[in-house]
Amino acid sequence: MMSFISYFINGLSLGSVYAIIALGYTMVYGIAKMLNFAHGDVIMIGGYVVFTVVSTMGLGPVAGILLAVILCTVLGVVIEGVAYRPLRMASPLAVLITAIGVSYLLQNIALLVFGSNPKSFTSVVTVPALKLLQGKLIISGETIVTIISCIIIMIGLTMFIKKTRAGQAMLAVSEDKGAAQLMGINVDGTIALTFAIGSALAAVAGALLCSAYPTLTPYTGSMPGIKAFVAAVFGGIGSIPGAFIGGLLLGVIENLSKAYISSQLSDAIVFGVLIVVLLVKPTGILGKKINEKV
Amino acid sequence: MEKSMKINFRLNKTLKSNIITYGIVIAAYIIVQLLVNAGQVSNLMKGLLVPICIYTIMAISLNLTVGILGELSLGHAGFMCVGAFSSALFSISMLDAIPNAGIRFFFAILIGAFFAALAGIVVGIPVLRLRGDYLAIVTLAFGEIIKNVISVVYIGKDASGLHFSTKNAMALNMAKEGTVIINGAQGITGTPKNSTFTIGVILILITLVIVLNLIHSRSGRAIMSVRDNRIAAESIGINITKYKLMAFTISAALAGVAGVLYSHNLSALTATQKNFGYNQSIMILVFVVLGGIGNIRGSMIAAVLLTLLPELLRGLNTYRMLIYAIILIVMMIFNWSPKLIDLRKRYFHKNRAEKERA
Amino acid sequence: MALLEIDNLGISFGGLRAVDNFSITIEKGQLYGLIGPNGAGKTTIFNLLTGVYKPNTGTILLDGENITGKKTVDINRAGIARTFQNIRLFKELTVLDNVKTGLHNAYSYGTVTGILRLPKYFKVEKEMDERAIELLKVFGLDEEKDILASNLPYGKQRKLEIARALATGPKLLLLDEPAAGMNPNETTELMDTIRFVRDNFDMTILLIEHDMKLVSGICERLTVLNFGQVLTQGKTADVLNDPEVIKAYLGE
Repeated sequence: MMSFISYFINGLSLGSVYAIIALGYTMVYGIAKMLNFAHGDVIMIGGYVVFTVVSTMGLGPVAGILLAVILCTVLGVVIEGVAYRPLRMASPLAVLITAIGVSYLLQNIALLVFGSNPKSFTSVVTVPALKLLQGKLIISGETIVTIISCIIIMIGLTMFIKKTRAGQAMLAVSEDKGAAQLMGINVDGTIALTFAIGSALAAVAGALLCSAYPTLTPYTGSMPGIKAFVAAVFGGIGSIPGAFIGGLLLGVIENLSKAYISSQLSDAIVFGVLIVVLLVKPTGILGKKINEKV
Repeated sequence: MEKSMKINFRLNKTLKSNIITYGIVIAAYIIVQLLVNAGQVSNLMKGLLVPICIYTIMAISLNLTVGILGELSLGHAGFMCVGAFSSALFSISMLDAIPNAGIRFFFAILIGAFFAALAGIVVGIPVLRLRGDYLAIVTLAFGEIIKNVISVVYIGKDASGLHFSTKNAMALNMAKEGTVIINGAQGITGTPKNSTFTIGVILILITLVIVLNLIHSRSGRAIMSVRDNRIAAESIGINITKYKLMAFTISAALAGVAGVLYSHNLSALTATQKNFGYNQSIMILVFVVLGGIGNIRGSMIAAVLLTLLPELLRGLNTYRMLIYAIILIVMMIFNWSPKLIDLRKRYFHKNRAEKERA
Repeated sequence: MALLEIDNLGISFGGLRAVDNFSITIEKGQLYGLIGPNGAGKTTIFNLLTGVYKPNTGTILLDGENITGKKTVDINRAGIARTFQNIRLFKELTVLDNVKTGLHNAYSYGTVTGILRLPKYFKVEKEMDERAIELLKVFGLDEEKDILASNLPYGKQRKLEIARALATGPKLLLLDEPAAGMNPNETTELMDTIRFVRDNFDMTILLIEHDMKLVSGICERLTVLNFGQVLTQGKTADVLNDPEVIKAYLGE
């Protein structure tokens, strides 16, 4: 029983990381209507920035995260401006292929700069582990911080969209790009802002992910990135609470299947969940149905 | 009279283009054979001949899905994986039953294509209901699932037949003289090395015949109509699901054939991220994109060049994936950016105007 | 028996009655117009007729056969073909192949026959080519048969869409704003073509149009739609003189 609870809580922690990444995915998908395949690799870049600042330059973790957030935000805006903006009118196939190209570009730049040897990441979390029930149940500091960060981010993002002008502009662009433009909303600017926020979140996710799983390679971000997309689809693409719920569920499913079924098959099970969700309810748990215009 | 002449002319035009494509393959084959006989081909190059055939078939088959059907599949290596493992399993278990390597390999190719096609149908039925990005991500998911599942399968053979398990080799419960054929993550060892350059080229030609003839047929038009406008295709009575599934399944079967060549070119076969993971699927996508989406001959040439170049220019190998990434991005922006389209149009019109004046 | 009988057709989108209590009877060989202000629900009726949307209420009888709620593909096979307001051609196919795709169900050979190039392939393809060119000639498109559909000028794209729809051998042809974007000369020419199609193909035609010259020139009967409901229907001249219709068009 204790081990089940411990697996479950670790699942929530992993799920919180997925949720933070999925928030970025779902915002970009909802507003720019594109699958930013490179989102996972921005996480990896965030991880390397924190690693460089903390382990190589010897500065504190706060400085590391701050710098990672800044650099990833810039990176996200640059990627959008250079690679995606010229393709606003292109077929979805072309946009997706470009995003895959960007993903590979980031991985291979990291490979050239940092090499393929895994770096051992020093955790950015200094919170001590929580010992419950006379030490039978230990919850690590990383788990606590990750879950709390995820909740704060989710609430913050919801408030941002509801209460600010920029947030309202995002909603308008996600509903109808053309109409938003006519209403005087800067569509390009709004999309760039979305990428900036998504990438900043990716940097945070990178620091948390690497703290919990402290090996860092150029490919660290790609699997969590894809799984976070699965989480976003699971929860209903475009929906912020959906990304949160989808992320948590996916993390728990993955950890429990690792523990009780097979560690080799856990990825297969996660992807199996995606397929079942898309077949049974293609719009996800909280998604809306979109009708095609004829 | 005049009418029928015009029709013949049109048929001749596509026929001519197809003959050029077949001609390129045959000419390349003859040149390579001459060079090999003259001792002009290094061992490194000889080792690349079969892989080139494998990637060429993969590129043509993926172009059927991406270019002709118009759906992005990111799990194509998964079908190659199915073809590779099913055919290797067949070849090893039939080593004694069919001693003639040629006949055995012939059946191995059919088996590989059949099981890959079966996987294509199983994957295609749910996946093809989805659109665009979802389809891409789900094919990716299926590719990973196929690879993961194969690496936990154990199959052994003894006097009483095949044994199957997903735990470990001991759980197969075989008689003493039994041998393990598929050993979980260790994969298959001892597949006969039947793949040759000649067989590879023959398979490329067969792949070309299938794909090119399909495109220029009633079913091919139906497939492309779904690609160009799904709603209009439905409105003129085209069964969307049928033709999507047809294209997807043929594409999977051809990837399975490439897998057969792959497994019968190596003595040890494992399902790893590198050979059957989505990295592989994306590399093949690069071939298709560089050669031109929907351009069968182009993807063939791109596959050959991009397989050869990094091996020949050693320094390039480090930057191989980086270059692939840049190719993807630049090709898409070049083809789709409104500014560049304008520029090309203006340049093209200028050229045409000049020609007309001349 | 009438060719098309629609009774009490209705559909709502999110609580909004887009089409309500729509009934119409079209006799075989008629040229029938469906008019009304923008957003009145005209295209929605085409979408209901062709199975793009499933109606909430009502029945659709085509030549006595109940086609209500059937799939688009089956409705086309039952005998309804259409064009689209925003042209939907197969852009990367040639003009000829667009029409040949329309002939898909009328001429048949298997996929394997096609791949192996068996004699039947050549025979049927030749028949398809001949039939397609016949159709293209009706619309004056036979010269352009080998160019890509996307490279045709706008007016010819509309005509190609009609040719493709006719290729499916329908009993009823639905034209969604066939004259949209055409200049007056092209419109006059189109009117002749539509009449020609009706007479030479024994066709029944229902069309949506804003161009009043075309409507009054070729339609025998009209139905006026306003806010998803039938405002009035009858002979063209009577309907166009109806004060209610004038009011609906010009506003209060």
